[in-house]
Amino acid sequence: MSIMGTRVVRVEDPVFLTRGATYTDDLTDERLTGALHLTLVRSPIAHATITSIDVEAAREAPGVVAVLTGADIDLEAPLLFAGAPKQMVRPWLATERVRFVGEPVAAVLTEERYQGPDAAELVDVDYEPLPAVVDVREALKDENLLFPDAGTNTCSVYNKEDPDPDFFADCEVVVTREIINQRVAAASLETRAASAAWGDDGRCTLFVSNQNAQGARDEVAGWLGVDASQIHVILPDVGGGFGAKIGADPEFALVAWLARHTGRPVRWSESRSENMTGMVQGRDQRQTITIGGSRDGRVKAYRLDVIADAGAYPRLGVFLPVFTRMMAPGTYDIEKVDSRATVVVTNTTSTAAYRGAGRPEATSAIERAMDLFAAEIGMDPAEIRKINVVAPEKFPFTTKGGVEYDSGEYAKAIDLALEASDYATLREVQKARRERGDAKQIGIGVSSYVEITGGGAFAENASLEVHADGTALVWTGTSPHGQGHATAWAMLASEQLGIPVDKITVRHGDTDHVPRGGGTMGSRSLQTGGVAVHQASLELIDLAKARAAEILEASVEDLEVDTANAAIVVRGAPGSPTVSFAQLAEREELKVQTVFDGKKATFPFGSHVAVVEVDTETGKVTVERIWAVDDAGPVLNPLLCEGQRHGGIAQGIAQALLEEVVFDPDGQPLTATFADYGFPSAAELPSFDLVTMETPTPINPLGFKGIGEAGTIGSAPAVQSAVVDALSHLGIRHIDMPTTPLRVWEAIQDAVKEDG
Amino acid sequence: MTNVKVDITVNGRTTTDDVEPRLLLAHYLRENLGLKATNIGCDTTSCGACTVLLDGESVKSCTVLAVQADQLAVTTMEGLAGESGDSLDNPVTAAFRAEHGLQCGFCTPGMVMAVTGLIAENPDLDERAVREGLEGNLCRCTGYHNIVRAALVAAGKDPDAEQEIEAESDAARTAPGFSAGSGS
Ligand code: FES
Ligand code: FES
Repeated sequence: MSIMGTRVVRVEDPVFLTRGATYTDDLTDERLTGALHLTLVRSPIAHATITSIDVEAAREAPGVVAVLTGADIDLEAPLLFAGAPKQMVRPWLATERVRFVGEPVAAVLTEERYQGPDAAELVDVDYEPLPAVVDVREALKDENLLFPDAGTNTCSVYNKEDPDPDFFADCEVVVTREIINQRVAAASLETRAASAAWGDDGRCTLFVSNQNAQGARDEVAGWLGVDASQIHVILPDVGGGFGAKIGADPEFALVAWLARHTGRPVRWSESRSENMTGMVQGRDQRQTITIGGSRDGRVKAYRLDVIADAGAYPRLGVFLPVFTRMMAPGTYDIEKVDSRATVVVTNTTSTAAYRGAGRPEATSAIERAMDLFAAEIGMDPAEIRKINVVAPEKFPFTTKGGVEYDSGEYAKAIDLALEASDYATLREVQKARRERGDAKQIGIGVSSYVEITGGGAFAENASLEVHADGTALVWTGTSPHGQGHATAWAMLASEQLGIPVDKITVRHGDTDHVPRGGGTMGSRSLQTGGVAVHQASLELIDLAKARAAEILEASVEDLEVDTANAAIVVRGAPGSPTVSFAQLAEREELKVQTVFDGKKATFPFGSHVAVVEVDTETGKVTVERIWAVDDAGPVLNPLLCEGQRHGGIAQGIAQALLEEVVFDPDGQPLTATFADYGFPSAAELPSFDLVTMETPTPINPLGFKGIGEAGTIGSAPAVQSAVVDALSHLGIRHIDMPTTPLRVWEAIQDAVKEDG
Repeated sequence: MTNVKVDITVNGRTTTDDVEPRLLLAHYLRENLGLKATNIGCDTTSCGACTVLLDGESVKSCTVLAVQADQLAVTTMEGLAGESGDSLDNPVTAAFRAEHGLQCGFCTPGMVMAVTGLIAENPDLDERAVREGLEGNLCRCTGYHNIVRAALVAAGKDPDAEQEIEAESDAARTAPGFSAGSGS
């Protein structure tokens, strides 16, 4: 019986549920014996010149081994995003100027963990405050510059062409609006951590919490000015990443440098408060959407103008508007699509990827636009979507932006979601409540989405070895941190070889064992790394057959795998001699190493329907139900796939309702702890209704697309739309995310005022 | 600061050490005893990753000083794993595995202990009670869906039936004729 598509419980779990996982801060690795603890002194001011740093008192504090400032570090300050103006480098430790609250200013190394914060308090830094640039429009004016040498706050412009003034000329109806896709925090439950030790061989072992060992190795080596072969990155278990742990953080290289400088291993693990300003944050686009079409519901033209906030030091966030522009038209077949984006620096935490990374921003924008257009012409939001989505016979479909969507049935996904939710009945309930004038109104939101997965690195490698004892070992270049690759990759190998899942070990995240790998990000893993394991299994079978042919004295063509016995047998000859993979391994190493290259991205899609209840007297929103159709092709393990969808849906709801990273006008973060940030608990969320739909991609032999981010991309616009829908009878057309009670209540007050 | 001697029974074993009065119980467990299942995810008593049982009641060990636990009994997730240290016979940990109630695993030890405490307090749990009972424990990965199911299973409930009842109670709330609204 095939193991594909079955609910195999995770092989990772027994350790995780008994001794617990081993995260970077849990390590007892002997290489870290005698490690110093690093505590960073961070700027409490968003924008200032540093007039003096006095570390003398801190040096005298108990347990202090060293206190360093930027003046002590002989490395060139790195540019954290290659495409940004070259002046926008981030100092290892700021010496002249600080540009965001949380920027490292001094490094304190102590014998014991508790001594670090004590000593750090004694570091005396004098700041001369500068006006802070927090708002992106303010930044665009270039009046206050973060990097005077650069001469501008703009770090990137995508599409410099002026907008065509006649773009909407043939549209009967045109609607435009500025909306905000607010900044959110990835808030992985494990904060960032790194530990480094240099060996006698001149190599550094660097343990980090990250989504890609190989990428982190290359970046750290580059920053330290050493050859990549000198850095051995090991990823212990990683407590969540959600995009924010893509790429090395400068702190990683600092830890390695400090370990070399002091000649002792160094450990670093940040506090949550540090994490909420120090770790990269996501989204943060100010968008102007303009949509035009005819009164019969046909959308003809769509324009998206984006101003994105890179934060103080440009990082991956500068690139993400590229994804937003690529996915601008969403699931819709629109004749004319136009977009542009400008990315600026501000005195805030740097931005980078967060679950969806550029695509949720595109989806939320087009979905709001569709709703605004539907409201303007008085059409049902589900109906307008079905009229405009790309028809199934048009696939592969090339959008106006030149993006090729591989496969999809967008209208069917919407229909499935409408059916599951009994949409017509929901509308009746809504109507009845409105007629009664209830204080508690319900809103129904419909989203249709398509996203891009595996859009970064298309290739991934895998090695597979069967041992003489019948066990197998897989090394993968992906980098699971909750996704369950150890289980999923074992299933893929088991399917072909017949070796039971519990006899297959999957390992990852060690650059000495897997020198090349793309890590886990952008929902790429299954369609690249998973397929690579499948391909490795087939190649291992070929190798085994070639060797078995001699032993069994048969031609290779006559051999097949007997998965019940994990052996090679002669086809159609029961009772004739066989040889197992284990026996072959006993004679000679049985191992393959392969690279699968899909060469292209895939495009999962779906549709969500959300129902919210809005208390019009308090503005409080409750998500009652959400039905999600998320089609990422065939499902390898429904348990894991559903888990990814659940987590994604929750994060999308969280963005729609609760979460926002807020800075005051001076650049002070107001959400720098978990007591202030709107991270939802179980009490704020419902259970989720998942609907199955599986449309394979032709891009890889197993038809897999990515599922990691789909839930987030589909749920946020559905929930936001539902909140607005609950109040549409008051004339409300839009409320920015997060739709907090205050915002909803204010929108209601404004609507009532206008009405009166 | 003079150190203080503490005697704390941890997972059935007596432990003793001279500790700084400010040492958090979470750090005592992790650093002094090497029991690293218990995690620390915040500095504002918000996340619950550090949840343990103190004399049978779930507490956040980042908000208890080791000296406050003197003469008391602490149970961490390691304490549910039997003599061998790797047993999944415990109904809570077994349910977390069966229901895929964990992904990255960082919230898991705290969640497992919170669920253990919750069931001890009220064995007759429904979905709402689980959700409200776990309000102090954050998970970024699972969206709580499967954690809630695991808690229901551990409490001897049928998670499908319980989720159905809860969903229908939402339906009841949103059905015509039933409204908490003022009607004005
Ligand atoms: S670490 Fe104890 S509540 Fe977060
Ligand atoms: S499983 Fe990752 S935080 Fe809960």
